[in-house]
Amino acid sequence: MSLSAARRPDSPAPPGRLRRFFTWLHPRRGLQLRLLLAGPIGWLGVVYLGALAILLLNAFWTKDSFTGRVEPFSWTLDAFESLVTVEVYRTIAVRTVVMAFLVTLTDALIAFPIAYYMARIASARTRGILVIAVLMPLWAAYLAKVYAWRTIIQGKGILEWALAQFGIAGPGLDEIANTWLVLSYLWLPYMILPIYASLERIPGSLLEASADLGGRAGATFRRVILPLVFPGVVAGSIFTFSLTLGDYITPDLVSDTKFIGNVIYDNSSLGSLPLAAAYSLLPVAIMIVYLFVARRLGAFESL
Amino acid sequence: MALRIATALAVSFLYLPLVILAIYAFNPSRLLVWPPTGFTLGWFGEAAANPAVIRAVVNSLLAGAVATSIALVLGTLAAYAVQRYRFFGRESISFLLVLPIALPGVVTGIALRTTFTTFGVDFGLMTIVIGHATFCVVIVYNNVIARLRRLPRSPEEASADLGADAATTFRRITLPGMRTALLSGGLLAFALSFDEVIVTIFTAGPGTQTIPMWIYQAIGRPTELPVVNVVALSLVLLSVIPVWLAQRIAGGEAATLTR
Repeated sequence: MSLSAARRPDSPAPPGRLRRFFTWLHPRRGLQLRLLLAGPIGWLGVVYLGALAILLLNAFWTKDSFTGRVEPFSWTLDAFESLVTVEVYRTIAVRTVVMAFLVTLTDALIAFPIAYYMARIASARTRGILVIAVLMPLWAAYLAKVYAWRTIIQGKGILEWALAQFGIAGPGLDEIANTWLVLSYLWLPYMILPIYASLERIPGSLLEASADLGGRAGATFRRVILPLVFPGVVAGSIFTFSLTLGDYITPDLVSDTKFIGNVIYDNSSLGSLPLAAAYSLLPVAIMIVYLFVARRLGAFESL
Repeated sequence: MALRIATALAVSFLYLPLVILAIYAFNPSRLLVWPPTGFTLGWFGEAAANPAVIRAVVNSLLAGAVATSIALVLGTLAAYAVQRYRFFGRESISFLLVLPIALPGVVTGIALRTTFTTFGVDFGLMTIVIGHATFCVVIVYNNVIARLRRLPRSPEEASADLGADAATTFRRITLPGMRTALLSGGLLAFALSFDEVIVTIFTAGPGTQTIPMWIYQAIGRPTELPVVNVVALSLVLLSVIPVWLAQRIAGGEAATLTR
């Protein structure tokens, strides 16, 4: 046929049977779709959602106190009961959520000026450099960054040395404030980039219109810029909030205070797996509510 | 002016710990005491000769390579299906695909660990790969779907009109158009796998260590700290280079935020 003769010589025809299969498949869009999705859905749907489902089930199963094994389908609410009745678990839950709020707030406050400078003041060249400058620390190995902070904060480190010049004692490695500092540091780029993106999208004409109509800088900021940037802040806060809720390594390395992640981790191998499973449903529930609210606030368009 | 200073301060804050880490890596002292006492390259040699470090690096490279390969195949298939087909449940699928990075890492970790324990799966490199592939798929998916959105469909339609079947069109038209997105997505997925530790600890057996896991354990052993400095600094460089390359290859399009 003339059409196949037009094919370039560098592309040999697939073997006959395979070719016939694709020709047969060609009009069948539904089957194509199923073949495309079988792998990804098989993986994420079965492995990932399946794992989450098993986690949920484990929270309701009994741990045999003698063998230490979890007995499948031995239903109990023991894990939830200890979470509600043992005071330390409640304290840790509240502490973790408060920490997530504080880190989010801190990052939003630090991120806004730099994002504003990047989006609306810097030249195109400087802007490009700054975007890279913010992206690189975001991707730099997480554990190396936490470890670097540990060397800064610990006794005889640079922080103690610098504070000693002013006659102040260093904090050492057991302050809860260390966790706040390091988590705020770690997730800062996640807040800068969405705020920057939403600031960059504001048309200059809007700001001019506000000024023409008599709006002072403060009023323009409050009534024009802030409402337009808010979805970007919420988008960034999804990361700062979720990452804080799930971190157990930073609290372990820079302070001696436990968070939800530490309890889950401590119970995952030696303690009670059902307890760890039940406790991990808390960050899941918080994030599902958070994502739902964030979507209503229009944050998903800023991601 | 005030904004300029605030920006300079924020950027210095972002780089401060990385600079301190680099300084300690070249410090001859065995102790992490400020100020540093001199300059040496000796710890690099010691790190390169440490058998536990070498084993961990090999494990990390293997896990990264396999997880990235799985992610490239699954992420591309999913992105192509979601972007080029209209079907019931499309929204749920795109939501499912971001879930592994939207939920806290500790949840993904404990969920996988619980599942492996429940089914009696032996922990090892394979379980690490399964965990890594789960979030690496998201990275590739994000990169490829961003590219597919911008890729015009007319060449694909022309190819179909000229009698090419779906596989030929994909191989000759769509795949070349996605090549740089695949490359940058693969690089980012590899970088993420290489330095992931929060999920990895849950999915690794007692005998298998990746390089971030080695660092985490060695931090507790004061005599190892000079080697930890060097390994941590190398890890920073190795995790940043793929991102820099991905940026060069795919430009601002690379979905670099969703790591």
